[in-house]
Amino acid sequence: MVRLDAGPTLVVHLHGGCAPPPGRVRVGARLDKSGQGVLVAFPMDEVSNMADDRQLRDMTCDPKFRKVLVTDGKSEVAQAVVRAVINAGADLVWVGYAEPWKRSSGFAALEALAPVTLVPLDLTDSRSVKQMAAEIGGKVDILINTAEVHRTQGIASRNGVDTARAEMDINYFGLLRLGQEFGPVMRSRGADGQSSATAWVNLLSIYALSNFPAHGTFSASKAAAFSLSQCLRAEMRPSGVRVINVFPGPIDDEWNQTLPPPKLSPAALAKAVVKALADGIEDVYPGDVAEEWLARWQESPKTLERELSV
Amino acid sequence: MAASTLISLAAELASGRIRVVDLTQTLSPEFPQIALPPEFGQCLPFRVEEISRYDERGPAWYWNNFSCGEHTGTHFDAPIHWVSGRDLPNNATDTIPVQQLVGAACVIDCSREASADADFLLTTDHVRRWETEHGKIPPRAWVLMRTDWSKRTDPVAYQNYDETGQHTPGPAADVVRFLIEERDVVGFGSEAIGTDAGQGHHLRPPYPCHYYMHGAGRYGLQCLTNLDLLPPTGAVIFCAPLKIMNGSGSPIRALALVPA
Repeated sequence: MVRLDAGPTLVVHLHGGCAPPPGRVRVGARLDKSGQGVLVAFPMDEVSNMADDRQLRDMTCDPKFRKVLVTDGKSEVAQAVVRAVINAGADLVWVGYAEPWKRSSGFAALEALAPVTLVPLDLTDSRSVKQMAAEIGGKVDILINTAEVHRTQGIASRNGVDTARAEMDINYFGLLRLGQEFGPVMRSRGADGQSSATAWVNLLSIYALSNFPAHGTFSASKAAAFSLSQCLRAEMRPSGVRVINVFPGPIDDEWNQTLPPPKLSPAALAKAVVKALADGIEDVYPGDVAEEWLARWQESPKTLERELSV
Repeated sequence: MAASTLISLAAELASGRIRVVDLTQTLSPEFPQIALPPEFGQCLPFRVEEISRYDERGPAWYWNNFSCGEHTGTHFDAPIHWVSGRDLPNNATDTIPVQQLVGAACVIDCSREASADADFLLTTDHVRRWETEHGKIPPRAWVLMRTDWSKRTDPVAYQNYDETGQHTPGPAADVVRFLIEERDVVGFGSEAIGTDAGQGHHLRPPYPCHYYMHGAGRYGLQCLTNLDLLPPTGAVIFCAPLKIMNGSGSPIRALALVPA
């Protein structure tokens, strides 16, 4: 029982590092394994290996000691995510790559990182996804889907559907293929002792909430992925595997070159991903732009729609 | 005469004295597709999705949907593929005279040169030297450039990109004109991912094999394999594209008849 300074007395989860009663504690909110909001009492001061508390580890998805799959390592964002989860203590990081003949800056350097194993994985190819799920699916504790196609067009600015289809094929169908192959095996390992499957992270976009017409087809593919991620979350929830959606604003990468700042750096995005895992948060809006647009969207979706379209 | 030729051909095939050689790469998701700079539209790679496999989706049958581009895998290039051939009559996969899709093949072995130099360009001099040994290329023949490139089973080695782009062998500009204007070939075939060399965009004109061949109503074959099983002369190839309406090309099952 914890009595808040504000008055009420509550039943809360107690962190193992709390001083024996009648000591003071800090109370914070977390999601428990079933996705319900709960209160946790933490020790007043940081104690060593705070995140290793068994209850807390169950509620959060800290990458420490865990095995992580980053689905596509060729983007700057993915490379930052790989480094961030390694810094956070991940045991092993599988990094997927498609179309091995295409070079990408920074990708080769990943191989030099001790926890990294590069694995062929092409989200447009059902056989490839099935194959990789068969090989490592039973070991993946955290899946971080960084695979993305981003082109900068609306409806009238480009003829045909080929690039829009390529966006959907990775951003939407890629998630569906991953969900069909990795979802069931991760779900089966939601309570697999100390090293259970714990989280699935989707790199979405703030444009999933409201269309940015200059990147209109990309926005649509992210909206589709967002919707599917809610289905995935519902299907994963009974197992305790948390689905974390990340909704960044414009990222500072080559497909956003023509957008003015502020743009989110890949490193900042990676940091937000690790923080979301460590805190066990379901929806993350990293950066000022994402936060501001989220606020407007919450206030009035029509206002954000209008502002994004001028 | 012609009838008896066909009857004896059938007999030779049945007896195995004439062999059928498959010149086709397997259509698989792993086989690389041509990759253009990302600002251009892209050719789809080969992809396959199961419809059913003796399961609840279809209990007694197995079948797939597949998707690919007109220029995926071992494929045929029609004249309409290139801007230089866009206004020619009968220039698309559905209108090409089928008589031209079966014919004699002259196989020019460049495997030694290509293994020494991935950017090897076939020249007129090279072809003339080949002719002193094997005779003049007859009219309406296919010229196939054997490089053994198809033996590069690793997609990275097959594509062979570095920071300056793709490095695969192909014809120089002069030999393409020579083959069309002085030898009246029906088309040109290669083992690499294009009929033109990987660095063919630096030639004059850019992509000379596409530019001249298709501009003259001739055809291209690429991603061929097993050319090392063909004699320099004496083989007959079959390379019909799918009858795609107004198609620029198509994956093919390329076959050759060779004396055993």
